[in-house]
Amino acid sequence: MEHSFFSTALVFLAAAVLFVPLAKKSGLGSVLGYLIAGVIIGPFVMGFVGKEGQDIMHFAEFGVVMMLFLIGLELEPELLWKLRKSILGLGGLQVVLTTIVIAGIAMLFNFVWQQALALGMVLALSSTAIVLQTLSEKGLMKTSAGQSAFSVLLFQDIAVIPMLALFPLLATIGNGGEKAADPHAVKTWVDGYPGWLHALIVLGSIAAIIAAGRIAVRPLLRIIAKTNMREIFTASALLIIVGIAVLMTQIGLSPALGSFLAGVVLANSEYRHELESDIEPFKGLLLGVFFIAVGASIDFNLVAAQYSQIILWVFILIAVKVGVLLFLGKFFKVSIEQNFIFSFSLAQVGEFAFVLFSFSLQQGILSAETTSLMTAVVAISMALTPLIILINEKFILPKVGTDEVEQRPADEIDEKNPVIIAGFGHFGSTIGRFLRANKIPATYLDLDSDRVDALRNMGFKVFYGDASRHELLQAAGADKAKIIIIAIDSPEKRLEMIETVKKHFPHLHMLVRAKNRFDAYELMNAGMLHIYRETLETSLRVGVDAMSLLGYRKYTAKRLAKNFMKYDEANMKYLSAIRNQEEYVIEARKYIEEIEETIQSDRQNLFFGGDMSWDPETLREEARANNSGTIG
Amino acid sequence: MMKKILVIFAHPVLEKSRVHKSLLHSISRLDHVTFNDLYENYPDFDIDVKREQQLLLAHDIIIWQFPFYWYSAPALLKQWQDLVLQHGWAYGKNGMALNGKKVFNVITSGGGMQAYQPDGYQHCTMSDLLRPYERTAALCHMAYWPPFWVPGTHKLEAAQIEEFGEKYRQLLIELGKGNLTDEEILPVNCINDLIEITKSNTA
Repeated sequence: MEHSFFSTALVFLAAAVLFVPLAKKSGLGSVLGYLIAGVIIGPFVMGFVGKEGQDIMHFAEFGVVMMLFLIGLELEPELLWKLRKSILGLGGLQVVLTTIVIAGIAMLFNFVWQQALALGMVLALSSTAIVLQTLSEKGLMKTSAGQSAFSVLLFQDIAVIPMLALFPLLATIGNGGEKAADPHAVKTWVDGYPGWLHALIVLGSIAAIIAAGRIAVRPLLRIIAKTNMREIFTASALLIIVGIAVLMTQIGLSPALGSFLAGVVLANSEYRHELESDIEPFKGLLLGVFFIAVGASIDFNLVAAQYSQIILWVFILIAVKVGVLLFLGKFFKVSIEQNFIFSFSLAQVGEFAFVLFSFSLQQGILSAETTSLMTAVVAISMALTPLIILINEKFILPKVGTDEVEQRPADEIDEKNPVIIAGFGHFGSTIGRFLRANKIPATYLDLDSDRVDALRNMGFKVFYGDASRHELLQAAGADKAKIIIIAIDSPEKRLEMIETVKKHFPHLHMLVRAKNRFDAYELMNAGMLHIYRETLETSLRVGVDAMSLLGYRKYTAKRLAKNFMKYDEANMKYLSAIRNQEEYVIEARKYIEEIEETIQSDRQNLFFGGDMSWDPETLREEARANNSGTIG
Repeated sequence: MMKKILVIFAHPVLEKSRVHKSLLHSISRLDHVTFNDLYENYPDFDIDVKREQQLLLAHDIIIWQFPFYWYSAPALLKQWQDLVLQHGWAYGKNGMALNGKKVFNVITSGGGMQAYQPDGYQHCTMSDLLRPYERTAALCHMAYWPPFWVPGTHKLEAAQIEEFGEKYRQLLIELGKGNLTDEEILPVNCINDLIEITKSNTA
């Protein structure tokens, strides 16, 4: 390397810090931010990074290994079982069908079948990072489109493993000529062994990882956790992954496969969350560096020379992917509207493509020209994601889907309801049912078109769409309403909605759902007066019932719970005013101590005579002191 | 066949009470007595009117038992009266559901008996102060009996409290057996007094 380590780090970090927030702010997502940063510092714009970009890319590929470890950790058997139908059915068919169609098209472009198949597999994948982030930003994760997308992405993530295993096979039959040229080819332990012995060693190693995960790693982590040294725990988490990566490389298998296995083995262990939070920042940073390196390695000379090819491929890819997804969505009975959201959100190629392309280059499956071309195609397809989703929302959904504004016969008088409820999930629906039972007319807003259709059939007045949008609120009669109940699930959306209401409909009383204390603080800081923590009343009811079962009087337990709640709310107001984080921690600790003291004194008051309501101890003392005994 | 007795009990802080705890303990094993703990059953004050009316119909003698706070009952008993004694059921032209039942109060007071005299500290008698319950009973076509009264509770010693409990238990047994008639009961100031009579009679 001509640059020193520090100057390289400086360039990468500065680029990331500068461009990722910019990309996020402009709605492009962090993956694109990293890619753009890479392009900017790369040889074709500013030239801070030259050839060593390739080296860094290989180093940063380790981020993908970590990502697979984390995916493994997330895969609890129960979750897999619950989603088995859509993961295997929808996800499996998506990968297989898309691979076949793209491979077929690639063969029309004169690729040999092994290359075509490799391209098909790589391009069939979508971007987990982009899609999940976009869908959750839009509050769509809980809709059927979101659930289907999650299942497909999960299957794709898992499918990467067999793909990595399959690629070497494609190379040995294909044009393995470039393999020798790869400087990163490692001499492994198994070189020179016959195939059957190789296979045996591979199987043995996998068995060893599973066995070690079950027998050795857990007790080891327990011992380390007991030392209470956080950095040693982090070190051992890294050690597990690096160890597996080395082992896998030595036996000629993908490190990603090994770490994925290790993740699955540890998914049910008690240290799962610690491992996750320890590895997560490393993974994020390494993946970021990886994306930057990808951006830096896009060969713009090539792009300029072959722009028509690239545009053609981008168009073909998006068309094929959306087409296959729409077909499958229909087959799996996703409603038309949800199907369009689902299909268009998964239209891009994912970040694994970069890994698989560099892997297939090493393995000598695809030529450097092809991978450069395709890397550009993939990056552009990712960059287009926000645009594709926008096109779907603006031009396609209004034609095929649930209308935002209900179609009503013109002669019907459209009286405006005094209450608007945003979000008809489990929280909003209870409010809605209660108001409806008492004949209080309300207008509903929801993001799930299936739910909207169902509610309309039941005779509710429902508008479909993003409740933080001014026009939708206007259409729902926000200017005439008195109250707006913000019951949507996503805290970010709630804050956005509050801003919109404050700006355009300041006369509305806002009643806002809050997830927890911290969420409630944000709402208080946003100036909200009516904040309802989801679980507060329910938890206290459980507390009251528990006390009652232990033999306390119900009425007393209820009074204690009410006192507790009053005190808690008062304290929330006080603490919300403190924005300084450090000060907050101190205050929060003080608050916990205070609450203990209050409850203690509440109890003493009530049970040992300090409570001045009903039969106070003071009255009895006074009566006993007064011999005439006339008080009463 | 024993007469069935319903004790409608209202006390917001039973855990603080000495006398009511003891009274309740004494009558807890009587099969012909049903105990209806209002503050425990309705801590939110939303009374199940149907259930309460069924209970009233299923019993012959009704007792309102409570500490005598501010010349009246704790708030939940008032709520009970307001909700359960419905027009057209308990009173009014067609309200004859409770016709012929007997009702009386079991009360405790901090002040002693001598305070509740026209020339005493309270300036009126206990039966004056219980007039609202008497009128309620009359409106609902029930016979209103004099109260079982535990006065001067602040100064009572444990043994005295236990004695009241025993009296209460015996009273409910006698009433259950139907040994006491309206002619015997109505003239006395406190229904407690009758127990010493029956005690000495049987002795």
